[in-house]
Amino acid sequence: MRTAILFRELLGISAVWWREFKVFWREKSRIVSSIVQPLMWLFLFGSGIGASLSVSDVNYRDYIYPGILSMSVIFGSIFFGLYIIWDRKLDVLKAVLVAPVSRISIFFGKVLGGCTDVLLQVVILFIFSFLFPSVDPRGIPLALLFLLVTSVALVSLGLALGSLLESLEGFQVISAFLVFPLFFLSGALFPVDERLPAWLQKLVIVNPLTYTVDGVRGALLGLHDYPISLDLGVITLFALVMIATGSVLFSRMK
Amino acid sequence: MSIIEIRSLAKTFGKIQAVRGIDLTISRGEIFGLLGPNGAGKTTTIGMLCTIIRPTSGSGLIAGFDIAKHPTQVRQKVGIVFQDPTLDTILTGRENLQLHARLYGIPRRERKAWIEEMLALVDLRDRADDLTKTYSGGMRRRLELARGLLHRPAVLFLDEPTLGLDPQTRARTWEYIRKMVQKEETTVVLTTHYMEEAQAMCDRIGIIDAGKIIALDTPDNMVDALGGDIVAVRAPAPPVEALGALPYVSAVQCAGETVEITMKSAPLHLAEVLSLIPDVASVEMRKPTLNDVFIKLTGRDIRNETAENGGGWVETIARHRQKGT
Repeated sequence: MRTAILFRELLGISAVWWREFKVFWREKSRIVSSIVQPLMWLFLFGSGIGASLSVSDVNYRDYIYPGILSMSVIFGSIFFGLYIIWDRKLDVLKAVLVAPVSRISIFFGKVLGGCTDVLLQVVILFIFSFLFPSVDPRGIPLALLFLLVTSVALVSLGLALGSLLESLEGFQVISAFLVFPLFFLSGALFPVDERLPAWLQKLVIVNPLTYTVDGVRGALLGLHDYPISLDLGVITLFALVMIATGSVLFSRMK
Repeated sequence: MSIIEIRSLAKTFGKIQAVRGIDLTISRGEIFGLLGPNGAGKTTTIGMLCTIIRPTSGSGLIAGFDIAKHPTQVRQKVGIVFQDPTLDTILTGRENLQLHARLYGIPRRERKAWIEEMLALVDLRDRADDLTKTYSGGMRRRLELARGLLHRPAVLFLDEPTLGLDPQTRARTWEYIRKMVQKEETTVVLTTHYMEEAQAMCDRIGIIDAGKIIALDTPDNMVDALGGDIVAVRAPAPPVEALGALPYVSAVQCAGETVEITMKSAPLHLAEVLSLIPDVASVEMRKPTLNDVFIKLTGRDIRNETAENGGGWVETIARHRQKGT
């Protein structure tokens, strides 16, 4: 009986996951733009600033490569989660929510779906890593682990916020007041050390994504401000808190 | 054999009693129509039976499972077609059914065959691999019906299944519903605003008003109970009391310039009735319909109600309240 229920829930999770993957694969233009956008950051923005700047003897364009990978994950994951606002408006979720599958399983199916989308984009961006001479390809597995955990955390966060918000206007607010600050304060685009103004430093330290960027940069470039184990610990803890919050809010969502 | 048993089922949203104690038994294979004005509690009742809304009190059994204690088993046993379309428009018709089959745990080896069977039943096989956003309203409805029945539920709930469809598509949709129900021996509980359709389709009808069932019978019995024919007379000042006092008149109802007189053997008594009314502009005689039953019982004409905005005010409040629980 117990295993039957578990099996049903796993089937439910895989059903939602399957749906998300189908949708992802169908919208090819979205995949292309999600790959092209970070590449533009790297080659247009990165090369431009890199022409006159390097950080810790690493060319600026190479320096922000881990940051731009993180950026893809940050934006992709949160917006994937927030997208349920749209699903709810179109009543796409309604039929799923009356199925004999628990809300928690639907939540986890969505999280897996979001992570798959985002990580596939990241894997494609890793293919371009040979264009960045300072990047050590042996660090890719560890970087991928960081980005996976971060993606789990942020898809959960997006779903949590999406469960609370009723209107699409909320989308803009979250984007302006949450996603962009999280990104700018993560050290993705500049070194986070004692040269920063004190107030900025404080904000950077409390931003969990600082530890993602630090971990990924540590893995790929060998440059990091915190121990890798601390980075991984912080981001894992953040993911667990977000999963708990997200699953509770999603279960209560109407 | 009864498939649905409801005992004093009630739902209160804050101070609003949306459903005030409903008792109802529906037998297997029955097509049951739940009619009522907007905000009468139809959607809330169906919501409770589908375990979307938790009842405040009372109990409900569906196929032997308690809606409050075993919601997962109940969900497995019911199919739902919502009032508003809920198809995944980024998926094809077949993919929508595949998603549903997975969510309802239909075994992998049966999945394909069941899906094909349903697609054939609703004549959508040649469009099954097109995205559902390219479907017409009627095709979407049919696919939703197929989806609702795919996991072979014991009970199928249809909330306004023909709303917003043109008359021809409506007629065809009912044909599909009838065909599917006969094939699978499914019990159907439906709500509709189209009285002629309810009269033609339903084995029994429950009229719900202000959260209570106020009439429960076969459509024919309900119409017969009205007592005879209806004569509608257009006149500026009909003598309502005098008409009501006639022995063969069972009801007199005024709506604007028109007075509707329900009477036995109308052809025999028409002359006498008309002689009592001054300045008659026009006269019309007809057999009563379910709509007349509805008007008599609820004091409202269901044809003047709009369902397009997705349920009445109680349902709207229900949606808002539900967030907090």
